[in-house]
Amino acid sequence: MSSKHNQLSDDNAHSARRRFLGQVGVLAAGISLAPGVTLNGIAEAREADQPASDKVRWGLLVDATRCAEGCDACVRACADENGLSGHGRPETDAQWIRKVTLRDPKTKATQSLPVMCQHCAEPPCVDVCPTGASFKRADGIVLVDKHTCIGCRYCMMACPYKARSFVHETLTDQKPHTPRGKGTVESCTFCVHRIDAGGQPACVEACSKTATGAMIFGNLNDANSTLSKALADHPSSRIRADLGTDPGVRYRGL
Amino acid sequence: MGWVKFITGLVLVVLLSGTDVGSACAQESRVPVPKPPKGKGEQCVRETSFMRANHMNLLLHQRDETVQKGIRTKKYSLRECIACHAVNGKDGQPVSYEDPKNFCRSCHEYVAVKLDCFECHASKPPSKKAAAANSENGYRASGVLPQ
Ligand code: HEC
Ligand code: HEC
Ligand code: HEC
Repeated sequence: MSSKHNQLSDDNAHSARRRFLGQVGVLAAGISLAPGVTLNGIAEAREADQPASDKVRWGLLVDATRCAEGCDACVRACADENGLSGHGRPETDAQWIRKVTLRDPKTKATQSLPVMCQHCAEPPCVDVCPTGASFKRADGIVLVDKHTCIGCRYCMMACPYKARSFVHETLTDQKPHTPRGKGTVESCTFCVHRIDAGGQPACVEACSKTATGAMIFGNLNDANSTLSKALADHPSSRIRADLGTDPGVRYRGL
Repeated sequence: MGWVKFITGLVLVVLLSGTDVGSACAQESRVPVPKPPKGKGEQCVRETSFMRANHMNLLLHQRDETVQKGIRTKKYSLRECIACHAVNGKDGQPVSYEDPKNFCRSCHEYVAVKLDCFECHASKPPSKKAAAANSENGYRASGVLPQ
C-alpha cells in the first residue's frame, strides 16, 4: 500500500540509506535482543499510593528488522489483555495496535511493523480535545479519561497515526482492568494497569515470549534503562518526526 | 441525599406513630425499604452510615486519582467494592448489574439513580476460571521484576 508508505515515512529519498542502516541493525540486534530474554528495563516500581511522576517517560522501541511479516502476536496479546473483540467490521472495530506493511514502490521491498498510539510528548489529540478527556499523564502515557470523553472524535481526526478507535456498540463482559464502553474514544494505554503494577505492556511481553523479541519497553528518562541503552547503541527513527509530536515510540530499521 | 431523607422520614413516622424505633426495625415495615445484601467480611471500608451517604463521592474522587494521576490504592477502588459486595445468583456465580439482586443496584432502583458506570466497568468479579487463568499468565505475575 503505497499510500500507507507515504503516510509513514517522511522522506522517501532516504529509504535506501535507511534500509542499509536497518541491515546493520539486524546484526547488532541479534546480539542485544536474544529471544527469551526479558527486557523490561524498568528501574523503579512505584508504590500504589504514589502518583505517576515525570521522572519517568515511558517509551517503546520497535525493531522493525526483527518484526516478522505475518506475525500478529502483539495484536492478539493486546486484544486478549484488553478484551477487544471485533464485530467483523475492520473499518470500525477497535484497533489499539495494528500491523502495517510498508512497501518501497521503487524496490518492491516490504517491511512489516506494529503501529499503536505513539505516546507523543506533544500530542495533537490532547490539543484538540474540548473536555480535557484526552490527556498526557505525568509519565508520558497519553490516555483518554473516558469519564469525561463525550465521544466527539476530534482526537481521532487530529492523530497523525490513526491510533484511536471509537466504540460504536454496546459492550458486555469487559475485563475488570480495562473498562470500555459505547460512545467513547480509546487507544493503546501502554497497558497502564500493568505498568502501574510494575509490569510491561502485553504486546511487548507476547513479542518476547512467543515471537521475535522485537520490542523493548522502558523509561526514556533513565539513561541506564535497557531501552535507553538500546536507543543509544543504534540509530532509530520516529514516525512523522517532521510533525514535531516527539513520539515515545521509536522504530529501528525503518 | 435520598437515603438520608428517607431515614429521617422513617424516624419521624415511627416517632409520630408512637412505636419505639427498635420494634419498628424488627418488624416488616409497611413502607418498602431497599435491603442491600450484606458485604463480605466484618465491615465496609468506612462506617456503614458514612458509606450510605457518601460512597459516590469516594468513588468519584478515587476515579480521578487513579485515571489521571495513576494512584492505585485499593481502599476505595471500584473493583474492590465489587469484589467484596458480590452477590451470587441461582447458578452460584456473582450477578451483574443486570440482576436486581446486585448490591449496587439494590438501592439505586429504589431512589431512581441511574448509573452509567457499568456500561464500561465490570459489575461482578471475574469468574473463578478467568481468575485462575489470570494468575497463571496474568498481568501481575508476568513481566514484573522479582521483588
Ligand atoms: C466510558 C467508560 C467508563 C464509564 C462510563 C465509567 N468508567 Fe470508570 N473507568 C474507565 C476507565 C477506562 C478507567 C481506567 C482503568 C484503569 O486505568 O485501570 C476507569 C477507572 C475508574 C476508577 C479507578 C479504577 C478502580 O477500579 O477503582 C474508578 C473508581 C472509576 N472508574 C469509577 C467510575 C464510576 C463511579 C463510574 C460511574 C459514575 C464510572 N467509573 C464510569 C471507564 C469508564
Ligand atoms: C472488605 C469488604 C468490603 C469492601 C471492599 C467494601 N465494602 Fe461496602 N460494606 C461491606 C460490609 C460488610 C457492609 C455492611 C456493614 C454493616 O452491615 O454494618 C458494607 C456496607 C456498604 C454500604 C451500605 C449498605 C447498607 O446496608 O446500607 C454501602 C453503600 C457500601 N458498603 C458501599 C461500598 C463501596 C462503594 C465500596 C468501594 C469503595 C465498598 N462498599 C467496599 C464490606 C465491604
Ligand atoms: C444503601 C443504598 C445504596 C447502595 C447499596 C449503593 N448506593 Fe450508590 N447511591 C445511593 C443513593 C441514595 C444515591 C443518590 C444520592 C444522591 O442523589 O445524592 C447513590 C448514588 C450513587 C452514585 C452517584 C450517581 C450520580 O449520578 O451522581 C454512584 C456513582 C453510586 N451511587 C455508586 C454506587 C456503587 C458502585 C455501588 C455498589 C458498590 C452503590 N452505589 C451502592 C444508594 C446506594
